[in-house]
Amino acid sequence: MGKYILRRIAFLPLVILGVTCFLFFLTQRLPVEARASLYIQDPRQMDSMEEVIKKYDLDKPFFVQYGHWLKNILHGDLGYSESANMPVSKAIRDYFPATLQLALAAITLVVFFGVLFGVLSAVYKDKFWDNFLRIVSLTGFSLPIFVLGLLLLMIFYGRLGWFPPGEYSFASDLIIHSPSFKSYTGLLLIDSILNGQFKVFLDILRHLVLPAFTLCFGSFALMVRVMRSSMLEELNKDYVRAARARGISEKRVLFKHAALNAVLPVITLASIQFVRLLGGTVIVESVFDYPGIGRWGVACAQQLDIAGILGFSLMVAALFVLGNLAADILYSFVDPRIRLK
Amino acid sequence: MNEKKIFKQIIKNKNSLTGLIIIIIFFLIALFAPIIAPAQNKNNPYQMPQASYQVNPTAPNAQNLLGTTENQYDIYYGIIWGTRMAFKIGLSVVFLALLIGVIIGGAAGFFGSWIDEILMRLTDIVFAVPSMVLAMVIAAMLGPDLKNMMIAITIVSWPSYARLIRGDVMSVKEREFISATKALGASKRRIFLRHILPNAIYPVVIVASLDIGYIVLTAASLSFLGLGSQTGTADWGQLVALSRNWILGTHGNPFEYWFTLVMPGGALLLFVLAWNMLGDAFRDILDPRTH
Repeated sequence: MGKYILRRIAFLPLVILGVTCFLFFLTQRLPVEARASLYIQDPRQMDSMEEVIKKYDLDKPFFVQYGHWLKNILHGDLGYSESANMPVSKAIRDYFPATLQLALAAITLVVFFGVLFGVLSAVYKDKFWDNFLRIVSLTGFSLPIFVLGLLLLMIFYGRLGWFPPGEYSFASDLIIHSPSFKSYTGLLLIDSILNGQFKVFLDILRHLVLPAFTLCFGSFALMVRVMRSSMLEELNKDYVRAARARGISEKRVLFKHAALNAVLPVITLASIQFVRLLGGTVIVESVFDYPGIGRWGVACAQQLDIAGILGFSLMVAALFVLGNLAADILYSFVDPRIRLK
Repeated sequence: MNEKKIFKQIIKNKNSLTGLIIIIIFFLIALFAPIIAPAQNKNNPYQMPQASYQVNPTAPNAQNLLGTTENQYDIYYGIIWGTRMAFKIGLSVVFLALLIGVIIGGAAGFFGSWIDEILMRLTDIVFAVPSMVLAMVIAAMLGPDLKNMMIAITIVSWPSYARLIRGDVMSVKEREFISATKALGASKRRIFLRHILPNAIYPVVIVASLDIGYIVLTAASLSFLGLGSQTGTADWGQLVALSRNWILGTHGNPFEYWFTLVMPGGALLLFVLAWNMLGDAFRDILDPRTH
């Protein structure tokens, strides 16, 4: 196992390098003006385009340009994002916490509903609840996330007025951007409590409900399926029969004994799904006008903001690769049987 | 398991039978689209006709069976020709991705050693970015239109087929009849094309064709974000995007424009659901652990 993980860590930089090379190659067919944004830090530099072209060798062969760009990235210069009106590195820092907050909220829902429904459909295998939940999770798997999002907005914002889009209301905006509001974690949901602003906390929570639920509905299906089969496996084991024979109540057998053992694969699946959610926020954020990196990424793609597109996809790729690696390592720690194999 | 037995199980299972029937209905709609919804623009039947130049959607009526969406595009026409579009996208992407996947994965599994290593690291690169994000980025950089969107989805789809066929080729390669063929002096090309490939290709073809639902969903998502077909093209994702400005309805009647979202969204959901129902059953049937 250790050898396998070491090998993967050794390959990581190569994979990331491959991604950068591929993405940079794609930009080559775009006009030089669009590519210039990859190198600059201030839009005023665009006024003297010839200087930019000369300085960064934009008229030279592919590998010269690529080398220049790589060197810039290693210095933390990812260019200037026109759609965000700020340097790419600052855009990532500004937008990421909101996405992290959304993904954390969604994964909490995914694990909660996944485990609950998984246990339910294992206990009632092939009966009404099992079939019903199977259909629900199949629908969740098939329902286009943007259709669900718009539908929820139609009902819960248009009709009922409960959950508005965006990240927070105008009133909260004033408080959050006032000098007395301190940023501790960057996650506004936590920061608002730490600042003692409960009204702001509730406001942010109100805005978080719909996007988090939409994101969850798309991915809890897999969790239900894994939890169900894992639970079924545990329920067939001797210790469950022994516990029942000792007269322990069925509820206790299910939740204290079987479910606790069955939840193991769910933990690792959750860590993999969490990373996937970070990528899946793209559509949800743009439907709900939620100001995270996903919405920014879509805006970059729509406006062909090259520096933004490359910065966004590199950021997502790095998160994705590291997250998957972390999930694998976690897997071997949580389940000692894996290491023996 | 032979084909007849698989087919029998598909028919016996309620879920997969429903899925199969829905897919067949969709296929018939796609096939007979020119009859069900005669094209007004014969040169480009995928262009949705506009009832007028008014901006607001109109509710379902005699002329527009399912109503019209923003800018008066006819929803009925859009859904019918959108079905044809869905099959067009799904089938061509699956075919192309399979072709690339089989060539690259087949070569990796057959030749092994450093060729395998290089080709598989290529798939790692694609797997390093979430497929939706990568497809979005590629579609944006190639320029948003239908063809480029299909190229983008093909680029993110082939690696999983390549990995699958590589494994199958590697296991078939070790079987005895291959050594026998080698001993008989067959050429490498003949061994691969006539003996290994036919024995290794079925699982990946099944997996890939069951992916059609997922591919159509990805395409619709890209279209929804404005990175797919041109405005006015009959395409479910785009129809949903056209409903975006109207989900709030008017004062006192919040659901006034419900049909702009529910009709195309429903068609898309039904299509993807049908493929998933079929795929779910296939997985159960082919999974040896469930027997």
